Amino acid sequence: MNTSAQIGKYEFFNIIRNRWIIFYTILLLIFTDLLFRFGGDNPKVFISLMNVVLILIPLLSIMFGIISFYNSREFIELLLAQPIDRKRLYLGIYAGIVIPLSLSFVIGVSIPFIIHADWNFDKFWSFLVLLITGICLTFIFVAISYLVAVKNEEKVKGFGIALLLWFFFTLIFDGILLLILFMLDEYPLEKFSIILTLFNPIDLARVLLLLRLDIAALMGYTGAVFHKFFGSFMGFTVSGSTLLLWISIPIFWGLKSFTQKDF
Amino acid sequence: MIEIRNLSKKFDKIPVLKDLNLKLEAGKVSAILGPNASGKTTLLKSILGLVKPDSGQIYINNQSLNGNWDYRRMIGYMPQFAKFPENLSPREVIHFVEKLRGNPAETDQELYDNFQILNELNKPFRTLSGGTKQKVSAILAFLFYPEILILDEPTAGLDPVSSQYLKKKIEKEKLNGKTIILTSHIMSEVEEIADDIIFLVEGNIYFEGAINRILDDFSEKRLESAIAKMMQDTRP
Repeated sequence: MNTSAQIGKYEFFNIIRNRWIIFYTILLLIFTDLLFRFGGDNPKVFISLMNVVLILIPLLSIMFGIISFYNSREFIELLLAQPIDRKRLYLGIYAGIVIPLSLSFVIGVSIPFIIHADWNFDKFWSFLVLLITGICLTFIFVAISYLVAVKNEEKVKGFGIALLLWFFFTLIFDGILLLILFMLDEYPLEKFSIILTLFNPIDLARVLLLLRLDIAALMGYTGAVFHKFFGSFMGFTVSGSTLLLWISIPIFWGLKSFTQKDF
Repeated sequence: MIEIRNLSKKFDKIPVLKDLNLKLEAGKVSAILGPNASGKTTLLKSILGLVKPDSGQIYINNQSLNGNWDYRRMIGYMPQFAKFPENLSPREVIHFVEKLRGNPAETDQELYDNFQILNELNKPFRTLSGGTKQKVSAILAFLFYPEILILDEPTAGLDPVSSQYLKKKIEKEKLNGKTIILTSHIMSEVEEIADDIIFLVEGNIYFEGAINRILDDFSEKRLESAIAKMMQDTRP
């Protein structure tokens, strides 16, 4: 077996025995279940669920990632003294956390969905897009948390930066975007706002989900503009590929810092 | 054999190792001593490749370490503070490292047998004491018959019986021709197991040589008093 896979496997077993990941799965399970019980099987449930995905997943992924990286720091040191390539070690521990987190999310959301939803082809697609978007966000925010942890020796500082980044992407970014649009509302800003949206993975994920749901006009300015500008298919391609960029850039940046780091 | 030439390292512009030159022979135990923050751990970590030197070269058996990693196959390392994944057991971690090393047919079971940790092998690390973790760390360091042993305060946290076993093991491996480097704050222990002393002060080698020579130089009978004198001398 390949070294990264070995490391990933052990980190995986370490993580899934952690109480918090079980808590995370159950939390998502209960939440999704309650949404269905109170909301019935209608698009509103989907939108509520989408908001959970967009807020909760980045927060939990970034926190979980940074905690687990700082916790396994000594173990990383021990592994670094073994004959293994640093790059493989980094990718291994990344896989070891990102896979169980994604699994928790998929399990937590899927079970109530399977129980409550009235399945049809369209709904199945929307659900699949929801799952993929959630997994993408998990990958992105764990990668960001690892990058922050590699760059910052001090735990408290690392936590602070991680929380701030989450806060920035969920709230501050949109605030700034709206402010700019509001102040410059005499100009045609559609292209500009689309470009800005690409700089926030959470907004991108939202656009992706809304495009799928075809209710873009209902939710937010950027969604509507995106829809109008690209149409469903192009919008899908552009936002999807930018999300992939959002995954790979922090991974490679973190990888590069990790290989040059002193332990 | 390990040879270090002109090794320098700075952390945040503060020099930790200053143009260090050093030769560590096989079949000897070399103790790296020095006051706190004199660069001992940084030196050990440079040999391991955990710390990347700013300049200088390290050669192991005349092979320069240029960012390669396969040479670590030859090294067994015991860090200063052994910490392991909380939810895994010693058995799992040992199997894991064995797999990483390509499952060698034979491993060194001596410490395994002597430490008597059978009862603890399947418990998760978060429930184990510091001493037990240290034992696991020692087992891992010796497990693959490494040519070079790097031990950062190996007996810290061990009970007297285990500590004796570990020291005996170090002695035995020395006679087998291994290169052994250790640090320790317990001078009587250094006297017991080490042949050579490397005394670091602020990233420079202040003294390097056999233990007998130090004792002669400072006309002392005990290493502890000789080192204490040396530390007094180096105070600004």
